[in-house]
Amino acid sequence: MSMNNQGRPSSVDQISVDKGDAGEAFPASIATISGDRGLDHEEALIFELGHGAVGVDLADVNVGEARLGGMRRKAAIGLPGLSEPEVIRHYVRLSRKNYAIDSGLYPLGSCTMKHNPRLNEKVARLPGFGDLHPLAPQSTTQGALELISQLMNWLTTLTGMPAVAMSPKAGAHGELCGLLAIRAAIAARGETRPRILVPQSAHGTNPATAAFAGFTVDEVPAKPNGHVDAAALKAKLGPDVAAIMLTNPNTCGLFEGEIIDIAKAVHEAGAYFYCDGANFNAIAGKVRPGDLGIDAMHINLHKTFSTPHGGGGPGAGPVVLSERLAAFAPVPLLVADDKGLRLIEDMEAVPQGAKPFGRMCAFHGQMGMFTRALTYMLSHGRDGVRQASEDAVLSANYILASLKDVMSAPYGDGPCMHEALFDDSFLEGTGVTTLDFAKAMIDEGYHPMTMYFPLVVHGAMLIEPTESESKASLDRFIHVLRTLALEARAGKTQRFAGAPHLAPRRRLDETAAARKPVLRWKPDPVPVAAE
Amino acid sequence: MSEVRYTDQHEWIRLDGDEATVGITKFAAESLGDVVFVELPASGKAVTAGGEAAVVESVKAASDIYAPAGGTVTAANAALEKEPSKVNEDPEGEGWFFKLKLSDKGEFAKLMDSAAYAKFVESL
Amino acid sequence: MRYLPLTTDDRRAMLGRIGAPDVDTLFRDVPKSALIPLSAIDLPDTQGELEVERAMSKLAAKNVAAGAAPFFCGAGAYKHHVPSAVDHLIQRSEFLTSYTPYQPEIAQGTLQYLFEFQTQVALLTGMEVANASLYDGSTATAEAVLMAQRITKRGKAILSGGLHPHYAETVETVASLAGAVSRSPVTPGSAEDIISLIDEETACVVVQSPDVFGLIRNLRPIADAAHAKGALLVAVVTEVVSLGLLEPPGAQGADIVAAEGQSIGNGLNFGGPYVGLFATREKFLRQMPGRLCGETVDVEGRRGYVLTLSTREQHIRREKATSNICTNSGLCCLAFTIHLSLLGEEGLTRLARINHAKASALADKLVSVPGVEVLTSAFFNEFTVKLPKPAAPVVEALAAKGVIAGVPASRLLPRDKGCDNLLILAVTETNTDDDFDALVGALKEIL
Repeated sequence: MSMNNQGRPSSVDQISVDKGDAGEAFPASIATISGDRGLDHEEALIFELGHGAVGVDLADVNVGEARLGGMRRKAAIGLPGLSEPEVIRHYVRLSRKNYAIDSGLYPLGSCTMKHNPRLNEKVARLPGFGDLHPLAPQSTTQGALELISQLMNWLTTLTGMPAVAMSPKAGAHGELCGLLAIRAAIAARGETRPRILVPQSAHGTNPATAAFAGFTVDEVPAKPNGHVDAAALKAKLGPDVAAIMLTNPNTCGLFEGEIIDIAKAVHEAGAYFYCDGANFNAIAGKVRPGDLGIDAMHINLHKTFSTPHGGGGPGAGPVVLSERLAAFAPVPLLVADDKGLRLIEDMEAVPQGAKPFGRMCAFHGQMGMFTRALTYMLSHGRDGVRQASEDAVLSANYILASLKDVMSAPYGDGPCMHEALFDDSFLEGTGVTTLDFAKAMIDEGYHPMTMYFPLVVHGAMLIEPTESESKASLDRFIHVLRTLALEARAGKTQRFAGAPHLAPRRRLDETAAARKPVLRWKPDPVPVAAE
Repeated sequence: MSEVRYTDQHEWIRLDGDEATVGITKFAAESLGDVVFVELPASGKAVTAGGEAAVVESVKAASDIYAPAGGTVTAANAALEKEPSKVNEDPEGEGWFFKLKLSDKGEFAKLMDSAAYAKFVESL
Repeated sequence: MRYLPLTTDDRRAMLGRIGAPDVDTLFRDVPKSALIPLSAIDLPDTQGELEVERAMSKLAAKNVAAGAAPFFCGAGAYKHHVPSAVDHLIQRSEFLTSYTPYQPEIAQGTLQYLFEFQTQVALLTGMEVANASLYDGSTATAEAVLMAQRITKRGKAILSGGLHPHYAETVETVASLAGAVSRSPVTPGSAEDIISLIDEETACVVVQSPDVFGLIRNLRPIADAAHAKGALLVAVVTEVVSLGLLEPPGAQGADIVAAEGQSIGNGLNFGGPYVGLFATREKFLRQMPGRLCGETVDVEGRRGYVLTLSTREQHIRREKATSNICTNSGLCCLAFTIHLSLLGEEGLTRLARINHAKASALADKLVSVPGVEVLTSAFFNEFTVKLPKPAAPVVEALAAKGVIAGVPASRLLPRDKGCDNLLILAVTETNTDDDFDALVGALKEIL
């Protein structure tokens, strides 16, 4: 079998996990009558709480069968009924079990957990934006089109690229858009190029997207210094290579210094350069990816441009395109004429020279994220965007400099960009793993950093503080990590055993969840009455 | 008299007369972690040496199982459907994946014996 | 700058510890030629909250909000009343500013609402299992086709002519990589014969109900015909409130349901963000794309929730993943779940009935307008009328009169001449009798 080492260990993988006899580290808990503990409330499912109340007031009208085509619903749906106070209490209680940026430093590498400005939320909810239908007559949506146009200008100006496709709904969706544009450009040349080169250190969406778009993936190794092996990459170029996919700065937090050279070689080989823009926060306002020779780059508006992560979505992934790819951008296209701004949605009514490869999704893109991102950009201005990038890089280097003597940083000799990478060498012989270390951070009030990614180092810990942290916040974080590292190395492993102890839940059994998946609530079967 | 051989992809294959049984080694099972699901080939499926034959899923990874030698699948271990944990509990016995009728016994003979495999694992 | 906490003193102290004279030293790996001066960026400088709000409000004022006029647009996005509690709750910090629940111990809030969401979607669609959402209905439909191609190991997908054209284009853009995608005829107001197109090479048939013209379809015969040939039925729903009144796809034999959840909890937002619902049969579980939340216990035996079956996903399976999806629709799912919790069985049923009753009332009124013919005989809250002249200019003229009179079919099917005079009208609980009078009056003037 192929040894697939991609996943991080499951919670129950580690022999050190026990039920929590951590001795003096965490004293035994007091039993309460309710099962709740102070402000920590246990909360059942809405299906278990529902009891036939209603949380909305709607008239009860009769409808005839005449226009239902015989398709009226026969059975009940099974939805629970609760009043408004019950619904609000339920979701408020759930919310309090979540860690969030607003609660504390969120050090996830390559996720850019920066502050989500509240002005963004206010603007997105202006009725002129929030209550606007995508297919309303275009004469009634000119303000929205102007906003999109302004955002497009910010994105193309900051990246130094001539064009941008706005419709992708997330970063991975943007990657797909970029690769489909590349595919169309190659087909337009009458060529067949089935191979895509992807570094070993790439985020999983890169090879997944390449495969999804119909290419075969060829992995490029990393050098011991964390950079992509440019020589190996160039050696793999050939007439059957469609593109390379690189992240810059890369997933080890390092700027790929040879990138201009690589781009030249890629173009000479007739291939295209796709850049994963997940780490744009390190260089926005200081470096233009267009100057480096890229052909396409998705920009995660929910990373670099502060649109909220919302517990996992929604995101937005517009893709900037070079001159060679601009013609293949998908519909809709935004054009300006004497009547104003207009979206062209019909693939056959596009301007002369445009050859859209298709459509990524219904309607026009994540407008709600566009309003938030533009609000952020206008608030920061070009000077603020640049300062944010510099502060992000400064903060990551501050963390690296403050921890590399007690933790192990494989590339710690030089500066990093906006994220600092550590591995688990410093834990060798302690019996504490990266996973245990991360779970102990939870007890200290911190969300763990990104673990076991990138795959090119062992037991990776990738820390991205972002520019939103005060120095005091960084100092507190550094102090906790230093202490944890020193304790682990000194053999004081009690607080790691079975961590976390203080979170709303202890470690959860992921094996059972996967072996016998329970993916929905079901009512208990009605017991058969005894005779 | 049955003989067991090993591949560098951590599959074992035991030959009893004409019938071969295939599974993954203890080393592979330990690296995978708790197995949660196994996708087995159907009876009658033809496989080639080194070709994909099955998929094993653990909580943290999903890996392809390759046929150590070419032939036709004669049976799959249905017990793994209900109890994928058997792969962790007894990977080289009750956790077998499928049985094969070999098309070329010569392919079997070329594989590593247990001493060679043990040495191989040490070198990793 | 108000969002940047570091002061000049802080920066100096931090550089001191790092041992770098200035911040540009940290950018030493960047080729000198690639570092640009600020002056090279032709964009405005920082602005205060007041100025930014003013600028954005000016842009917003150039749009006509749906609530500001008699409004009848549908065709895949619907204006419904979202209770104030929903928007208030989704703005709680712990929901708004949290991340994907990869550390379940401190994400039980997110995980539990995803579990509730999955259950609600399964119940609504009448299917066995649902995922934790995809981006929207159109990409969910594309994923459904790809999934059907994987399961049946066949490439051919047949898209009904009643499928929203944007959805069809999205499917064609991605699914044609894995097989041939074709469309059955567009027959506004009637059900086309899609059954005769199914053969032994068909992976799936994709049918939307109610369709883009508003027609309610009977999926059962199509499901049976597909199954007889070893193919799957993908049922698409763009107006999920319809499931409060109509038979769900699961009860009609659908194998996969791809739906747009925007109608519940989420505003129009000029097309996004929306929320893709995806549900299927238990036996296809491992072929399902997207995130899944599952129930389990922690080491103390307490019930909890985790993301599960993630080995199918991109970050582990990489090039063999079921899809390349990373994000789900997070906050939009939460809005959906909260709104549906407030509605409950009784509320959703009443809401659906009100929608149909109002749409029916408008259809009755339109009969009185000379030249207007209602084409759709069976509908939920949306139907198509045929005008005596092209609909697009009529809609523009009505907009100038302050009435947003629906979506001309030609906007979605510009090259289908038979659609030029067709107007798609949606009616929801937000429409009033005054709206109807305004529409009828304006139509009488224009036509």
